[in-house]
Amino acid sequence: MYQFSGKLKMFSIALIIIGALGIAYGFISAPTTVEEAKEIIAHQSSHGDDHGASHDEVKNDEHHSDAVKDSHANDHDAAHDEHVFHQLQNKPWAALYVALFFFLGITLLVLAFYAIQRVAQAGWSIVLFRVMEAITANLVPTSIVMLVIIVTAVMHMNHLFPWMAEGTFTPGHENYDAIVAGKSWWMNVPGWAIRSVIYLAIWNAYRFFIRRNSIKEDTANDGGKTYKLNYNVSVGFIFLFMISESMMSWDWIMGLDPHWFSTLFAWYVLASLLVSAVTVIAFVTIYLRSKGALPGVNDSHIHDLAKFMFGFSVFWTYLWFSQFMLIWYADIPEETTYFVARFNEYKVPFLAMVAMNFIFPVLVLLNSDFKSIPWLVVIGGVVILAGHYVDVFVMIIPATVGAQWSFGLAELGSLLFFLGIFIYATFSAFAKANPITKGNPFLEESEHFHYYNIEHRGEGSGDHH
Amino acid sequence: MESSKVIHAFYNDDEVVLDAVKTVKADGHHIEEVFCPFPVHGLDKAMGLAPTRLAITAFFYGITGLSFAIWMTNYMMIQDWPQDIGGKPNFSWFTNMPAFVPIMFELTVFFAAHLMVITFYMRSRIWPFKEAENPDPRTTDDHFLMEIPVNNNEAEITALLAKTGAVEINVVDKH
Repeated sequence: MYQFSGKLKMFSIALIIIGALGIAYGFISAPTTVEEAKEIIAHQSSHGDDHGASHDEVKNDEHHSDAVKDSHANDHDAAHDEHVFHQLQNKPWAALYVALFFFLGITLLVLAFYAIQRVAQAGWSIVLFRVMEAITANLVPTSIVMLVIIVTAVMHMNHLFPWMAEGTFTPGHENYDAIVAGKSWWMNVPGWAIRSVIYLAIWNAYRFFIRRNSIKEDTANDGGKTYKLNYNVSVGFIFLFMISESMMSWDWIMGLDPHWFSTLFAWYVLASLLVSAVTVIAFVTIYLRSKGALPGVNDSHIHDLAKFMFGFSVFWTYLWFSQFMLIWYADIPEETTYFVARFNEYKVPFLAMVAMNFIFPVLVLLNSDFKSIPWLVVIGGVVILAGHYVDVFVMIIPATVGAQWSFGLAELGSLLFFLGIFIYATFSAFAKANPITKGNPFLEESEHFHYYNIEHRGEGSGDHH
Repeated sequence: MESSKVIHAFYNDDEVVLDAVKTVKADGHHIEEVFCPFPVHGLDKAMGLAPTRLAITAFFYGITGLSFAIWMTNYMMIQDWPQDIGGKPNFSWFTNMPAFVPIMFELTVFFAAHLMVITFYMRSRIWPFKEAENPDPRTTDDHFLMEIPVNNNEAEITALLAKTGAVEINVVDKH
């Protein structure tokens, strides 16, 4: 049995505390009045900050200099200040939300990947089942934080979702938005909240069931009955997962830009989280293996995980480019604004993400030998994970804080906070069960898994040809 | 030049031939060739064959295809006749780049795949009307054949092969 070392526990708790401090700082430094917001912006501009400068440009463009009457300009300024104030108020919430969605999504996709391995009756991954199960333990705390976000959004404590603003659906109200009002059959607060809770309930129910029954499988000895039950439940979960994942990405991400829509968006979110999930599985596997906690895992398992990291990186790029290129090519204004907003204010993260999520992994993980060298997989994986954090960042932040974005203490703190929770949940769950799923009929095959093309280093391979 | 002789040892199971290859290698004999009706996993490793470099050539062919696509789109669409087609920006290659990506991708795959296959044919010496080289037609159906050159040690090798489970051992003149 693996022992969750006190050192690692202290490390994760330290991350949670430091992260919480960062999050708290974000909330404290957010403005509470329009005047404070103006001060912050003035402060930024005087420092010759990029955002402040580009902001002024936008303002000048909007005013068309002399053509506009002064009174109009004043009105405009007031509306503008209000707008910036809301964006600055959103910042700490958005920072928390990005990190939360990143970790919740990764954990969810590890669960889905695990279910796929069961349904596909994969022969290679059985020795990794307990690793994947342990990672899914993170679903519980992240779901709880997500519930908090849902409740605070419903209670109008944040403005992450613009369509939740008062009067959006009321004709004649100053916030009335005919386009969003036309979507109110789907985008309404009770429906959104109920759906959100249902998604979380489905995922957590499957995780609770499969974890309990997987441990039961170890000692079941009932002629495969428990195994078959787990198989059938996993089939059902994948069906429900695909539906709930699509709707989740509409509700939780696309809903941040209520005027914009894209049909392959749910797949795109799925691909981004899937490649991150496989990378996280590889990381935890490499770590636990280096501690001697995974006796059945050999270089071929690492090689297979790296292949998935490579393949899904390309898959993500395919979907990213398909979404971008179709919108760029047709250039319909209602669709194009999404990318215009991202290209104007987020050029560096938007383009860096493609290099990090596509070019780098392709070059590092293309070579078959490299895929079984743990430190190379880790280097590739760090860039992939950072790239997909940027990906989630670019999905969420432009819609919530617009030009007022930065990567500061609040954003970093949120990341560290959820990383700490992740480490604590994963490794304490891994320590609670046998590291090998003994009752699985494919265990023997998995332990002897060998990819023909690679040499295993520093481990016995006498049972192969 | 004396006519060189080779020994043809026949086997009827892939596991047996794999073990025989290991035995013969362990005894220090050179194996000229092994003929199989289907790929035997691990045979190349057992024989000590160097890994193939075909994948490396494919990578460079792919880069060639990508470069060709970039050059072609840039020359045709930007340099030669930068016509306004449906408002697509053709001021530079980069402003119109997304529209070129499908052809860049396809040409990369096209070059990598076809040139690699042609390389494979050339390196393996396969072409239409090429005379077949299998020494015994049974090796394409259900028999495995190990060919070992003889250097005045015919009896020794024959005895060794007999122990490895060969179903037939012939000494033949190699032309």
